[in-house]
Amino acid sequence: MNTTTIDTTGSAPIEFYCRQEPPAHNGTLLGFWFYLMSDCFIFASLFVANAMLGTNYAGGPTGAEVLDIPGLALNTALLLVSSVVFGFAMLEMARQRKGAMLGWLALAGLFAAAFVGLEIHEFIGMIAAGATPERSAFLTSFFVLVGTHGFHVTMGIIWLIVLMVQAGRSGITEVNIRRLRCLSMFWHFLDLVWIGVFSYVYLIGVLR
Amino acid sequence: MLPHTMPHRAAIWNFIFGRLSLAAFPLGSNLEDRIVQFTFIGVVVIGVAILAAITKYRKWGYLWREWFTTVDHKKLGIMYMILGTVMLVRGFADAIMMRSQQAFAFGANMGYLPPHHFDQIFSAHGSIMIFFVAMAYIIGLMNYVMPLQIGSRDVAFPYLNNLGFWLTFGGVVLFMISLFVGDFSTAGWLGYPPVSELQQGPGVDYYIWGLQLSGVGSLLSGINFVVTILKMRAPGMTLMKMPVFTWTTLCTSGLIVVSFPFLTASLLMLSIDRYLGTHFFTSGMGGNLMLYINLIWVWGHPEVYILILPLFGVYSEIVPTFSKKPLFGYSSMVYATVAIMVLSYLVWLHHFFTMGSGPAVNSFFSLTTMLISIPTGVKIFNWLFTMYRGRVHLSVPMLWVLGFLFTFSLGGMTGVMLSVAPADFLLHNSLFLVAHFHNVIIGGVVFGIFAAINYWFPKAFGFKLNEFWGKVTFWCWFIGFWVAFGPLYIMGLMGVTRRLSHFTDMSLQKWEIAAWIGALIIFCGIAAFIIQIAVSIKDRKKLACGNDPWDGRTLEWSTSSPPPEYNFAFIPNVRDRDAWMDMKENGGDRRPMEGFNLIHMPKNTASGVVIAALGCICGFALTWFIWWLAIASFIGIFVAIIVHAFTYRSDHHIPAADVSHFEHTGNWNPEQQGVAA
Repeated sequence: MNTTTIDTTGSAPIEFYCRQEPPAHNGTLLGFWFYLMSDCFIFASLFVANAMLGTNYAGGPTGAEVLDIPGLALNTALLLVSSVVFGFAMLEMARQRKGAMLGWLALAGLFAAAFVGLEIHEFIGMIAAGATPERSAFLTSFFVLVGTHGFHVTMGIIWLIVLMVQAGRSGITEVNIRRLRCLSMFWHFLDLVWIGVFSYVYLIGVLR
Repeated sequence: MLPHTMPHRAAIWNFIFGRLSLAAFPLGSNLEDRIVQFTFIGVVVIGVAILAAITKYRKWGYLWREWFTTVDHKKLGIMYMILGTVMLVRGFADAIMMRSQQAFAFGANMGYLPPHHFDQIFSAHGSIMIFFVAMAYIIGLMNYVMPLQIGSRDVAFPYLNNLGFWLTFGGVVLFMISLFVGDFSTAGWLGYPPVSELQQGPGVDYYIWGLQLSGVGSLLSGINFVVTILKMRAPGMTLMKMPVFTWTTLCTSGLIVVSFPFLTASLLMLSIDRYLGTHFFTSGMGGNLMLYINLIWVWGHPEVYILILPLFGVYSEIVPTFSKKPLFGYSSMVYATVAIMVLSYLVWLHHFFTMGSGPAVNSFFSLTTMLISIPTGVKIFNWLFTMYRGRVHLSVPMLWVLGFLFTFSLGGMTGVMLSVAPADFLLHNSLFLVAHFHNVIIGGVVFGIFAAINYWFPKAFGFKLNEFWGKVTFWCWFIGFWVAFGPLYIMGLMGVTRRLSHFTDMSLQKWEIAAWIGALIIFCGIAAFIIQIAVSIKDRKKLACGNDPWDGRTLEWSTSSPPPEYNFAFIPNVRDRDAWMDMKENGGDRRPMEGFNLIHMPKNTASGVVIAALGCICGFALTWFIWWLAIASFIGIFVAIIVHAFTYRSDHHIPAADVSHFEHTGNWNPEQQGVAA
């Protein structure tokens, strides 16, 4: 709509073009947020599947019979500590201390690897006991939801290693800071999803 | 039908080729195989001719440097449009085969297509038309036009833009391979279980991996466009000063981000069922197939609005331009778009009222479905009021708009009929439904795409499209549509169901033949469109036009046609909604011709092509259980991504002297271009 009247009070001519180059924008972090939001919906679908199929035992084992709650406590602690440790790495990054940052990152990666290791151990135990994903719809939805989370954590560890190599080689540069920030968001996002998994799939799962 | 198990042969062959065997190739002498063989010969002849021509004229290097590895949103947009057009021909070939079968397969005549072949054709037709025609077209349009409209040099993530295109292309390749190697899915365009479950052969796997690849591509585009619009608008362009097409791009991209994950997740669960024998959607062992149908429609319904919203934007650009006045009710148009975006998320269950979820649930989804017609109606009236007392110029884009207003409004009304749950119990899965969604998709999306092509072609290439052949295209599509789908409404009301390959009631044949004639008229429309392009290219000198041939209102018309790589030598300062019209009326249309700056642009990359090619190979290997190849290509994708992550120099600079040369002459200085690249 051309309802705007021309400002004739000022004497300067209207400047229709920016004569200087616009400042560089950085949309990467926002874009990564949108990616995480969409990933969140993948987990949402898997949660829906678990909610719908979670009691369809098909004569097989129930949640109370197969879900390992003490193991879960250890697992959850590992992942949450890993997130805190990652936070320390980000603080060191802000202080431009490369060595300390890499140390904390490595520790975060180790905690996450221990988490994945424990999860694989749990899966193997369940499968050995006959609670396989093919046994019932409940177990299908359990394995796929928890496994998708574990797959994300594994991808996060690979990403972490790549970024450690990059930061080790070229230091805490602008590009590397941006990438580490994205990974940091990814790391905390997976924690958040895990809180859903642990409270809904496990804790409610043994009560259903 | 191909079995889903391994063929009987030495273990080593099963290791190397998985379940792929000679039986997968259409080598027989029956009619079904003959059709495929002739198609194959046709594809090979045309393919070899194109490849030979490229080689003869030594264009491979040019194509690779200028197009395949490009990160320029304009070139990617054009490539999407070409892909959409090629796939439109493929999808239409499926359509005319189905119409020809249905027109004559009555009584003793069983037609020329066996049911198994017919089922593949309707499955391929639907998936291709949605994913590779409509999606390719709208993403192409948004890619080309949106950054120009907001006064930006490029999109936020140029490399992901290239990757997204090639992933979509990888999906197309898998779909096309399924034509000649093995079968395609017979489970319809949404792959409903239990038909798509384990007992089905490799066709469903082609479907799954083709859609997973292109789905990731669409998601990348969605994220890219949202961030571009939020972060890269020209100074002064507040949200409520954005052109309506940019608004609809924002809403569509937002919908892509929040709905495509559901497609990915549904297909992921289906593929886990198929590969590992699990029980998400099986009939036994606690699986629930309605879970799939709910989840996929949580994607599927927003998807139809993803398709139509950008075209609503197109109409909102064309109507004011050709009525020579500003859009009526800009704010209501924006709010209507946002309302549609939100409501489109709350109607998915209307696709299966017959699930039996009870009167309370059905009433809720019935109401939301009726509600969504209100903002759509607002838009229709806004366009009508924009034309009212305007100086309407009946150019080809405007003709498509008028055809749309008539056709789409009627399609919307039959949609409201279907939203009445008790009526839907009668019309569910009938030809009435088929007629309805073709009515809104052809009348809304396809008409809009043709309008947009006619409208923005001069921007992209510097010359207009031929008016005569444009009008022929329009009238063939418009008349053809009604002749083809009017009879389907009538038969649907009589209770004829969809997807039948043979009829026993001879009284229906007259309607089927009428529909077949309609499809032939549409065929003339597609042919006329291709002629229009060809004739226009031939007469491009005569059709050459300036930068602003339609007296446009928005910023894309302020730069050269075709625009340079950097879009704008100087980014415009926006003061008004119709920013370019404001500049023209107030003496801002003379661009500064001195004082150019060095321009910073992204650099081409080959990793999009590489990653998508590996993804395509991985999809093929998974389809045929060739595990070694699947694992190798999957690892390859990771390696390619990591290698790409180690490329820190992803940009280049265009020297101010080159910008100056281009702005003064309209051409790149050939000697300086090497420096720029």
